[in-house]
Amino acid sequence: MLVAIASGKGGTGKTTISAALATVWSEALMRPLTVVDLDVEEPNLHLFLRPVIRRASAASLEIPVVDATAPCSDCGACRELCQFGAVTVMAGKPLVFPEMCHGCGGCLAVCPSGAIKAGTRELGHIEEGASGTTDFLAGRLRIGESQSPPLIRAVLRRLAAVADPAGDVLLDAPPGVSCPAMTSVSAADAIVLVAEPTPFGLHDFLLAVEAFSPLGKPMAVVVNRSSDGTPQLLDLCREHKLPVLATIADDRAVAETYARGGLLPDVGAHYRAICHELARSIAAFARGGNHA
Amino acid sequence: MSKTIAISSEGPTLDDAVDPRFGRAAGFVIVDGAGATRYIDNGGSQAMAHGAGIEAARRIAEAGATVLLSGVVGPKAASALSAAGVAVVEGLEGLTVGQAVARYRAGQDA
Repeated sequence: MLVAIASGKGGTGKTTISAALATVWSEALMRPLTVVDLDVEEPNLHLFLRPVIRRASAASLEIPVVDATAPCSDCGACRELCQFGAVTVMAGKPLVFPEMCHGCGGCLAVCPSGAIKAGTRELGHIEEGASGTTDFLAGRLRIGESQSPPLIRAVLRRLAAVADPAGDVLLDAPPGVSCPAMTSVSAADAIVLVAEPTPFGLHDFLLAVEAFSPLGKPMAVVVNRSSDGTPQLLDLCREHKLPVLATIADDRAVAETYARGGLLPDVGAHYRAICHELARSIAAFARGGNHA
Repeated sequence: MSKTIAISSEGPTLDDAVDPRFGRAAGFVIVDGAGATRYIDNGGSQAMAHGAGIEAARRIAEAGATVLLSGVVGPKAASALSAAGVAVVEGLEGLTVGQAVARYRAGQDA
């Protein structure tokens, strides 16, 4: 079972929830867990789980490079094909802008003269390790790299190779509803949306529901920082037939623990119980949801 | 014979203002060695999400320009222009196209 923890709005508490679940999951469900930080632009799950990293590997994208030994026929086929302006022909010579390339390989396929050959651009790193009994995997985008989906896909390929088939996987997705978030939630069997009952929170929650619903995956909600606005959020959940699996109070003690890098279950016995219950309800929901 | 000059411009004539942008300039006035002008509209590049500067560089190179007068040229456009053998003069915002050309030619003669 692969569950994505997502949110339309940044800062709603995805990482708080992911880290909390990662610490109680195996205890609550008696199954191994792999937790994956897919927010490759700003990974922060490691700050809370403090994993021991055993292996780090570079991930790269195939991009074109100019082969000076094969003369360019100046046909412009590469330029016409590339929708991102990553390759052009200037004064009879191909010119590649590696940082703009999305790695589709089209220019390599259409070049009739071999003036363009395959090279690589480093996207970032994939880190593997463990935090206690939980396996940990994270992507870290190279500074200056503008595209995160190819690295997210590389992390997911690595996950498929190393995850315990008997266990579960939690994906800490990037915030928002654009390509990085869609790439992440598309890989999951079920989606848990973390939402906060503020005006911006409600707005971005609806964007997320709109963006993720067409994927047809079971989706549920965790309300974080519950406040006066919570009834409106609960109305929206009812309207969209989204079950609310947990509600976490807007509690200063939670914020203080978070600020120190502490985990939600450590705030108190009450929160530990909420986290256990949430882990069990996510497991039940993700399995049952497939038949709904 | 003097060089063919491209100037990023907000309009098609020598009296229009130099567009401080390059890739997303409204258009380019091309002044050939004999002083004749023509205009290349750049509206298509303005709408591009990526690579506007590269596309603009290709357009003015194809128009035969060997010098570009503009405001600021981005790094990718600069390498495209350099590959095409187009010299770049920046910082000409605030002038009209005609004034920019006159200033460039005066500097050339001096």
